[in-house]
Amino acid sequence: MQEQQSIFGEDFLKTEEKQYNTLNLGPTHPATHGVFQNVLQMDGEIIMSAEPTIGYIHRAFEKLAERRPFYQVTPITDRLNYCSAPINNIGWHMTVEKLLQVQTPKKVDYMRVIIMELARIADHLVCNAVLGVDTGALTGFTYMFQERERIYDMYEEVAGARLTTNIGRIGGFERDFTPGFHKKLKDFLATFPARFEEFDSMLTRNRIFMDRVINVGPISAERALSYSFAGPNLRAAGVDYDVRVMNPYSSYQDFDFIVPVGTSGDTYDRFMVRQEEIRQSLKIINAAYNNMPEGNHFADCPEFYLPKKEDVYTSMEALIWHFKIVMGEVDLPAGEVYHSVEGANGELGYYLISDGGRTPYRLHFRRPCFIYYQAYPEMIKGQMLSDAVITMSSMNVIAGELDA
Amino acid sequence: MALTHDTVLEQLRSRFPEAILHSELSFDFLNVEIQPAQNLEVLRFLRDELGFIYLTDLCAVHMPEQSGREIGVVYHLHNLEENYRFRVKAWLPEAEPVIATATTVWAGANWMERETYDFFGVRFEGHPDLRRILNVDHMEVFPLLKQFPLEDTTREDKDDRFFGR
Repeated sequence: MQEQQSIFGEDFLKTEEKQYNTLNLGPTHPATHGVFQNVLQMDGEIIMSAEPTIGYIHRAFEKLAERRPFYQVTPITDRLNYCSAPINNIGWHMTVEKLLQVQTPKKVDYMRVIIMELARIADHLVCNAVLGVDTGALTGFTYMFQERERIYDMYEEVAGARLTTNIGRIGGFERDFTPGFHKKLKDFLATFPARFEEFDSMLTRNRIFMDRVINVGPISAERALSYSFAGPNLRAAGVDYDVRVMNPYSSYQDFDFIVPVGTSGDTYDRFMVRQEEIRQSLKIINAAYNNMPEGNHFADCPEFYLPKKEDVYTSMEALIWHFKIVMGEVDLPAGEVYHSVEGANGELGYYLISDGGRTPYRLHFRRPCFIYYQAYPEMIKGQMLSDAVITMSSMNVIAGELDA
Repeated sequence: MALTHDTVLEQLRSRFPEAILHSELSFDFLNVEIQPAQNLEVLRFLRDELGFIYLTDLCAVHMPEQSGREIGVVYHLHNLEENYRFRVKAWLPEAEPVIATATTVWAGANWMERETYDFFGVRFEGHPDLRRILNVDHMEVFPLLKQFPLEDTTREDKDDRFFGR
């Protein structure tokens, strides 16, 4: 005893003040699913405060975009929320169309709705399946990743790529849905709901899961609004803000769907809201697919929509247009537009300032992840360390979108 | 009372006759330019009395050719009940880009202002924790300012004229 006192000093045992342990969670901890660092002050197992550090994969997208023509910005948007890249791509294309005042045919709108809702399903599936993994239920994850794979196969039919899709064009799509896509989509719509309900029954009313997630990482509606939350995280707190309903784009006003809301904004509510949104997305896809209008798969804007590849190789006119578009010999309007779409994580906004040059003068992405992740310390304060992990997982913080 | 471009502008003009400098419509979106020194009063009024409880976005833009007002801080505000959005701008001199923080109005402004500081050097007075957020801490420049080109300026094989700027 005597010896111990001499090691720590006289005051150590007398002091009334609490000493907290500092714990580095991340940046490469496997439980954080990405590059996130949090310096936690711990009182035993309880988190007293958290200090997030972000920017580990910052890639200067906003600066890069200032040197790229509009169609070259699309691959940048892929890398924001890479779990639902098509929504980012199409959102960007719609922003440019707003600037150019291009009207897209109904058919393009419906095709976009199908692709965007598939992307939303894929994103929510990843989030909820991984939440299962973090709470110790690996089974659902393995099954739902097979379903996500089928969605990726469909992207491949449309755009040729799977993860970073670069889907579509300014003005529509490169080609109409292929027979392969139709087959895969019909198959998906027929078989996915049953498999999804199976996954749902594994977790939703599972006592172990419920005990694990209810009242974990809650946030009130008032705080969530003050923090500019968006998407499922805001709706889980009880605010029915959905860009698809508030400011319909791409003919969303044609579809009838429910905006699910939660009450307490905890991890369980976030999980439930995403589950219900998957069902609603399926409903939208069904409605869009069954009522697909006739028409072109591109808008009438030859100055911006790249001509068909076959024509470029065989016709002089198409070759000239192709060259003009790629080299930026086309006049662009000056002006500033803000366009937002309901990304898988909430309001994904594009603030584009064009000075008439070939590239954006300034492009700012409103990245929902970046904005709501700042509430994370407040949400996990007073919670257990293991709760911090599932709170982050249920918020669906995507490093690409966070760090731009 | 339903909010429209006219009613918002009228309310702002009657309440702050001197702070509202300029307004315009672009793509059916109202832009209001305000006096940077009075930004907090205007933003508070907008939140508390006109119901703009949701700060959609906060960012900046650099226009080096506008002498004395090079850096613009842009707020996108949303009234969720009326579903009305508009844009508020405050232009600051590049030599002294200082403006009061909006963190006391919306909690979410915290990181958005840190990001704006990180990229444009705008100092938000009263901000609780104004540090760099995405770039490394020891960075010396504010990279989104236009004087910092993306490409290496010493290269001769790339001519900017062929790339639009």
